[in-house]
Amino acid sequence: MNTGIAAEEAVRPNYLNVNYSIRSWLLTTDHKRIALLYLVSISVFFAIGGALAGMIRINLLTPYGTFVQAETYNKLFTMHGITMIFFFLIPSIPAVLGNFLVPMMIGARDLAFPRINLLSWYVYILGGTFTLVAAVSGGVDTGWTFYTPYSSTYANTNVIMTALGVFITGFSSILTGLNFVVTIHTMRAPGLTWSRLPLFIWAHYATSLIFLLGTPVIAITILLVALERGLGIGIFNPALGGDPLLFQHLFWFYSHPAVYIMILPSMGVMSELIACFSRKRIFGYEFVAFSSLAIAILGFLVWGHHMFVSSQSMYAGMVFSLLSFLVAIPSAIKVFNWTATMYKGSIALKTPMLYAIGFIGLFTIGGLTGIFLATLAVDVHVHDTYFVVAHFHYIMVGGAIMGYLGGIHFWWPKITGRLFSEAWGRIAAITLFLGFNLTFFPQFILGVMGMPRRYHVYPPEFQFLNVMSTAGSSILAIGYVLPIFYLTWSLLKGARAGVNPWGATGLEWQTPSPPPTDNFETPPHVPEEAYAYSLPEASRG
Amino acid sequence: MWPTSLQSVFRWFPEQASTVAGQVDALFLFLVAVTVVFSGLIFFLVFVFVVKFRRKAEDERPQAIHGSLPLELLWTIIPLGITMVIFVWGAHLYFAMTVPPAAAMEVYVVGKQWMWRLQHPGGQREINELHVPMNRPVKLTMTSEDVIHSFFVPAFRVKRDVVPGKYTSIWFQATKPGEYYLFCSQYCGTSHAVMGGRIVVMEPADYERWLAGGVAAESLAAAGERLFTRLGCSTCHRADGTGRGPSLVGKFGKTQRLTTGDSVPVDETYVRESILNPQAKLATGYAPIMPTFKGLVTEDGLLQLIAYIKSLKMEEKAQATP
Repeated sequence: MNTGIAAEEAVRPNYLNVNYSIRSWLLTTDHKRIALLYLVSISVFFAIGGALAGMIRINLLTPYGTFVQAETYNKLFTMHGITMIFFFLIPSIPAVLGNFLVPMMIGARDLAFPRINLLSWYVYILGGTFTLVAAVSGGVDTGWTFYTPYSSTYANTNVIMTALGVFITGFSSILTGLNFVVTIHTMRAPGLTWSRLPLFIWAHYATSLIFLLGTPVIAITILLVALERGLGIGIFNPALGGDPLLFQHLFWFYSHPAVYIMILPSMGVMSELIACFSRKRIFGYEFVAFSSLAIAILGFLVWGHHMFVSSQSMYAGMVFSLLSFLVAIPSAIKVFNWTATMYKGSIALKTPMLYAIGFIGLFTIGGLTGIFLATLAVDVHVHDTYFVVAHFHYIMVGGAIMGYLGGIHFWWPKITGRLFSEAWGRIAAITLFLGFNLTFFPQFILGVMGMPRRYHVYPPEFQFLNVMSTAGSSILAIGYVLPIFYLTWSLLKGARAGVNPWGATGLEWQTPSPPPTDNFETPPHVPEEAYAYSLPEASRG
Repeated sequence: MWPTSLQSVFRWFPEQASTVAGQVDALFLFLVAVTVVFSGLIFFLVFVFVVKFRRKAEDERPQAIHGSLPLELLWTIIPLGITMVIFVWGAHLYFAMTVPPAAAMEVYVVGKQWMWRLQHPGGQREINELHVPMNRPVKLTMTSEDVIHSFFVPAFRVKRDVVPGKYTSIWFQATKPGEYYLFCSQYCGTSHAVMGGRIVVMEPADYERWLAGGVAAESLAAAGERLFTRLGCSTCHRADGTGRGPSLVGKFGKTQRLTTGDSVPVDETYVRESILNPQAKLATGYAPIMPTFKGLVTEDGLLQLIAYIKSLKMEEKAQATP
């Protein structure tokens, strides 16, 4: 790169150097700055959730629960689940990458409601504070699923305060979803038709629909638990005339679609990464785009597959099983199309592409093991065992977090204006992949052997695989810690990135890095479909 | 804390000790094969493409490929077909695993934080342990005194939640003598992990010996009959049908017409509800005068009453034969 240009870029006003005061950050309505506020806060929650997971794994090194007491162990896995799901995974890609990129990818100056966007972050922080205070002042031991009547009557821990934190945070999801839907509908640049939208946008559109339709249901459910627990109104506890299964129906009506909230944005990232590092248009664009919507819609109809052994009607179980197989199809379509995109491409194994390939591998395993759980007779055996734990970690960690980290690395030069060390990036990606498999693959076998989840102690024949899993988790931890170092180094000392270091298509790569506050110096217009990688860079857009 | 008599052996699958275990494992292995084939295909293609189409020059501009409808149809229809086969296979087996054979021996189970109480029809009681004969179907009728638990026997490949306020059931037919883990698999609070025990499967002759060797307790139905009299049920529910409530003889297993015009099957759940909340589903032809027995009868007592009401059905049959 020409040093003259670099020097010029260094002084050019951008969204980062425009004002350094803390006040300018806390009162910002710039979607890019709000994305960074989210980035910092969800990273804090990820660190907390990761530390809790570490303690769980240490306790499971021996069958006798020598590290912590049962009460403590139950609080550890509960707080791990709540922190990771509600305060890290659900906001991760939408609130950080989505916030940063949705306006940039569609050629807008900001989201439709910038102040609501800032409000969503404050609501998130308020909810997170509630849950953290609940954790510090005694914790909660209901499991992240809050099953009644344990949570509503029998638990002696901080259920209401924790649940209120989740309740409040739900509103930040609703606000973000609302903002994305309106923005994508009304603020696309001239020429950017729906069929030209990047698939990242399609994925966020589908995710936003789930945010809007699903989140109110979990809010209502939490309020009902609070009413029963606080005022003794019988809703879920049969001793008060309630129905404990009603809770499970309501809970999973949100929480199964919530899995798609976690994975759909990651799928959006995948499409961007695979296209860029294969220099190919996404194979079957329409199928990938519409499969996102199909997942969002079908995802609302499969909640009962969490309840095959719950005593719900056998025939209801059969209907939910059938629908669960159907929702697997759009995910399979995506994987096939991504693979086909690589065919006859120009594949560069840069760090983000390693994450993308890792995602394909882990998501394929996660998705196919989901088939086991949708199969009625097999689910009876593996339900509530470590098989389920392994399965959803392959989807959420192997899928969602690999996508998140792949995206963070891909757009890091755009966000910060700096390049990171490619060598360290690759080492971290490979470490993560190996550590992840060593941690979670043994848990599939543990589940088949019959080890139930949420067990503080376990029969000794399960020890060998638990030790393997714990060993893997220490490697996984290294994979998570490494980026903190080389990305911080990049922030301070990294080479200047230039406008488009990866040679990618998309409007966000046509504006300086880091972008100016208004995103684009001249209002963009879009003359072509997404992923026009066959055209030379200079002739695009 | 784990039954020391159980062998601590590492094995990939738990022992196959019930009639369904082999069938579940066959389906499981089929799913493993599908997983290996599909993930193998994807991994192979990704690997080949990465090697074959790696970027050789910075200015490479590969030709765009827009997609292919035949391919899209192919990789929609094939997975759809395979999953439908799996669905039917799984649902068919699930049906067989859910519906117990008529001749099953009945055992009653009450789960509570953090123990299992089990009662045999003959009155033998067990805690965290269940002795059953092999080659004979056993049906468990289960309920909980507090939170939701789940009765899980890996060696039998069966699991069912045990829910307060209702009865759930599970059945199995053990095929191999031995001792097998019983786990609680639904998180139920502090000592969830140790709410377990063992299932002891015995040769039929050994089982009879075990039954006889136990404390000579009265049978469940007899205990139920005593309770039936003590609670005053017998003053209204007279056997000859002249009481203020319906006779219960021969009612269990039939359907009952209600004042609303609907019919309900007379099963464990209906009997339980009628004792605790008598006004919920009134039998047609009778006044709503029965008081609730909520708080007056324990979960174990309810199961004894149910066993007694079931036995009334059998007496009627016995009388009809000669």
